[in-house]
Amino acid sequence: MSALALEVAALSKRFTLHLRGGLSFPVLEGAALALRARECVALTGPSGAGKSTLMRCIAGNYGADSGQILLRHRGAMVDLVTADARLMREIRAESLGHVSQFLRVIPRVPALEVVAEPLRARGMPRAEAEAQAAALLARLNLPERLHGLPPATFSGGEQQRVNIARGFVAHYPLMLLDEPTASLDPANREVVIALIAEAKARGAAILGIFHDSEVRARVADRLHEVRPLEDAA
Amino acid sequence: MSPILEGQGLALRFGAVRALDDVSLALWPGEVVAIVGESGSGKSTLLRVLAGLTAPQSGQVLYHDAEGATQDVHALREAERRVLMRRDWGFVHQNARDGLRMGVSAGGNIGERLMAAGGRHYGNIRTAAAEWMARVEMDPARMDEAPRNFSGGMQQRLQIARCLVTRPRLVFMDEPTGGLDVSVQARLLDLIRSLVAELGLAVLFVTHDIAAARLLAHRIVVMRHGRIVEEGLADRVLDDPQHPYTQLLVASVLAA
Repeated sequence: MSALALEVAALSKRFTLHLRGGLSFPVLEGAALALRARECVALTGPSGAGKSTLMRCIAGNYGADSGQILLRHRGAMVDLVTADARLMREIRAESLGHVSQFLRVIPRVPALEVVAEPLRARGMPRAEAEAQAAALLARLNLPERLHGLPPATFSGGEQQRVNIARGFVAHYPLMLLDEPTASLDPANREVVIALIAEAKARGAAILGIFHDSEVRARVADRLHEVRPLEDAA
Repeated sequence: MSPILEGQGLALRFGAVRALDDVSLALWPGEVVAIVGESGSGKSTLLRVLAGLTAPQSGQVLYHDAEGATQDVHALREAERRVLMRRDWGFVHQNARDGLRMGVSAGGNIGERLMAAGGRHYGNIRTAAAEWMARVEMDPARMDEAPRNFSGGMQQRLQIARCLVTRPRLVFMDEPTGGLDVSVQARLLDLIRSLVAELGLAVLFVTHDIAAARLLAHRIVVMRHGRIVEEGLADRVLDDPQHPYTQLLVASVLAA
């Protein structure tokens, strides 16, 4: 069996809205999940069940209240729940890729640089990083004339492809994919399915949310259902 | 690896006001940290104390230099502190006029800092000044003009060039985009972002602009009433704020 890539145990996350009189509600209670290398697991469950919250806790974008998120980083299992900001940055650069639903556009930075950035952050020379970025953008059918333009003015589908290219250009042992094919046409959806298969083949573990049931059926080895909590109030 | 700068137990009162109330903060090499908060939160005071410009009433600021030596910033003699500021540090003021010499040409402003750091060859200094003007997207052909001939955004670029020409390891910035038009702010932020990444600088900057903090910072520190109320990964502090005051700050901006 392949090595464990991610192990989530007894994970709880509650939101407290201080501007709403301290309204507090749990979203995750005792969530558990394990993922092995070369495996793609799809999170399922109704809208609002906490799929995105679980994903964002693993990505470090949300802070969990308790429990563990053990991720393989530099050969050891590291707990993301207690990792500080510096360690989390290092983990994001080397061990944890994340394709969020929307590209956060940086003013004036061309698409090619946006995509090459994760490679540059690992110290790859600019020319090489940009060549790899350009090849991936071409594979995702983003016309070359757009490579030098900032994605702010791109269509939703074009921005999504920039986002996917940025997520896949560097290789990570664990990748989180939040609706990676949501606004793509069939041809580009096929490219994403192929990218996922290639990532698995080189040993990556993949955790995804795929609302497109056909895509989910084709990429996922296993489903993991996130159940909504009983109404605690 | 050790931090490049550490503030420990910093406290400072102005009359009855606690501008800093037992604040500790560490900055690591290559890390960009934003200090956010409203006017009067103590964020600018914290920056000035960490940068050695204002002395705290208690606590200390430690700087770990490139040779591995640790210096107690506020215990240094004035001359030693000046050397540190010229050689290892840079400070970008909110108002470019505070960071530039308005009676000296644009190129002179950049060259002067190089000379202060030991540069002697006039031709080399002039070449470096022209290079840095180009790098901050100013026209090097205008290097002999006085700073007042340039717009506010250009003056801010010039101040950044003056600050970075000596290749500091650590840069402090106080509201670097404050008071500029929004379109100018975006260009300047982008310029700062790319220079910081390229040069691998450690940066500590103060801003009330949450969007600027998200764009530039790896880590955000939220201050209120002279205390740090929350800190952490930039995107986490903004997307999952814990403290009531941080939630208020984040809720008060449009699409940060």
